[in-house]
Amino acid sequence: MEKKQRRGFGMLSDIRRNGTSYLLVLPAMAYTFIFGYMTYPYMLIAFQRFNYSKGIFHSEWIGLKNFEFFFRSNKAFTVTFNTIFLNLLFIVFGTLTALAISLILNELRKRLFVKISQSIMLFPHFISWIVISYVLYAFFSMDMGIVNKLLNQFGIAPVNWYTEQQAWPAILTVMHVWKGAGMSAVIYLATITGIDDTLYEAAEIDGASRWQMCMRITVPLMMPTVVILSLLSVGKIMYGDFGMIYALIGDNGTLYATTDIIDTYVFRSLRQIGNPSEAMAVGLFQSVVGFILVFGTNAITRKFFKDGALY
Amino acid sequence: MKTFSISKTVMYALITIYSALSLLPMLLVLMISVTDEDAILKNGYSLFPEKFSLYAYKLIFTGGSQVMRSYGISIIVTIIGTMLAILITSMAGYTLANKNVKYRNLLSLYFFITMIFSAGIVPWYLMNRSLGLTNNILALIIPSLLFSPFNLFLVRNFMNGVPDSLRESATIDGASDITIAFRIYLPLCKPVLATIALFYGLDYWNNWWNAIMLIDSKDLYPLQFMLLQMQSEISMLNEMTMLAGSSDITLPSESVKMATAVVTIGPIIFLYPYLQKYFVKGLVIGSVKG
Repeated sequence: MEKKQRRGFGMLSDIRRNGTSYLLVLPAMAYTFIFGYMTYPYMLIAFQRFNYSKGIFHSEWIGLKNFEFFFRSNKAFTVTFNTIFLNLLFIVFGTLTALAISLILNELRKRLFVKISQSIMLFPHFISWIVISYVLYAFFSMDMGIVNKLLNQFGIAPVNWYTEQQAWPAILTVMHVWKGAGMSAVIYLATITGIDDTLYEAAEIDGASRWQMCMRITVPLMMPTVVILSLLSVGKIMYGDFGMIYALIGDNGTLYATTDIIDTYVFRSLRQIGNPSEAMAVGLFQSVVGFILVFGTNAITRKFFKDGALY
Repeated sequence: MKTFSISKTVMYALITIYSALSLLPMLLVLMISVTDEDAILKNGYSLFPEKFSLYAYKLIFTGGSQVMRSYGISIIVTIIGTMLAILITSMAGYTLANKNVKYRNLLSLYFFITMIFSAGIVPWYLMNRSLGLTNNILALIIPSLLFSPFNLFLVRNFMNGVPDSLRESATIDGASDITIAFRIYLPLCKPVLATIALFYGLDYWNNWWNAIMLIDSKDLYPLQFMLLQMQSEISMLNEMTMLAGSSDITLPSESVKMATAVVTIGPIIFLYPYLQKYFVKGLVIGSVKG
């Protein structure tokens, strides 16, 4: 009891002593309070029939009806599956491509070439998905697109790509790798650069070839980083990239079967269908499963790689 | 030795091809934007323009076009937003790195909690609505981007590296915390401030989330969102003309569409050398060690 009082007093006196410092942190604290902590109570509307004019305190409570509605619809399985499936594709192909690029770049000793190719590979990372949707359109447009023009040269009839459900997981994966692999390769390359040079020198004395060095030294020593980054992505597997999917697919309902993810579904319920309570229920489902996954993967990471865990 | 050089050649070739593929799609968009409209309609999109024309750019840059207005909005939002965000972040970073502040770790935790646990988009939207952050320019600046805990920790970690003796001697000379923060710490922390400036700036420039959630009025569309709307309106109009069989609705021409996409990435290309340098640093710090 006494201890507690002293602590409270200690904080007050600390504020008095470092008043200016506390003043400097105040704007950030206020912002975090409003857009962080104060948003938490709104999660309760998942259990309400939320009415904008009545607000969170006066809307009708309806228990788990919003969840029921979502899980009874056939959409629940589709969007959950799509979110996880697409993310898995992104993680696997993104990691493999980035890894391959970084290993190759590490072998090439012409610094200027490495530098230039690196800056070119990074370029897609800085472009918004909306601009990329125009790029995609240039390729896959029905009557003017490059892909159909190529098909035409081989005598194959043009395809209306924007109604081809089955093609889109592949297209999205390619675009995702195209945008992000250059960036990930830079991280991996930084890890390779951090490997102790004496290991390579010793290997060289023992007569190892470049290929052997790569497979026996570089790859094993990179594995912790690769595993940690992949596990972190697996932890976030319930969260899809809304920016990507919405920019590339938009409201194209014919593609929903393979491209609709939890995030786009929530967005539609909230902004287009105008049912914030159902949107919140789905969002809560996503958060709870997501939360478990983040902590689960983090615990795994911490167990196997002592300093790899995020928190 | 011969097989060795063959594998090297293959590796050079692979990297060259991958680099080319990184750039080629953007080049295609650029080429379509400078192709004559009739040539596009006749031959489809092509990397090699049959007939060169700057018509699209002339149309965009003549006064009063939607593109120019959205450009203005995006520039204003990016500049004001980035400056405010840097100010708030660096001030808070100073306090969290100030070893005289006894409860700095508690403060860090306060920021950290919101970083790992977010309520999601629905509460975020309802909060903005109740604050009146809809359909005004503040709705593009304040929500979601004004301040990010991740950048705060980046600044704090950098400032932790500034020797404490500097603060002590300044205090002995009679300097206040404000003076120390703004006259001593901030100038020393230029590298990390440049890093977060680029993070924030790029976030603001490429952001359309705030617009899609909170903005209805065309006058306030930022460039990215205008681009998104243009694409979806075209596909809608296409469907409508197909259904009605009439073609009296004029669609924005192909070259204008692509030219708009090109001018949207304009500032990024301009900033590219700096972007790359700082992003590589920031990313390596940020992603390997949270």
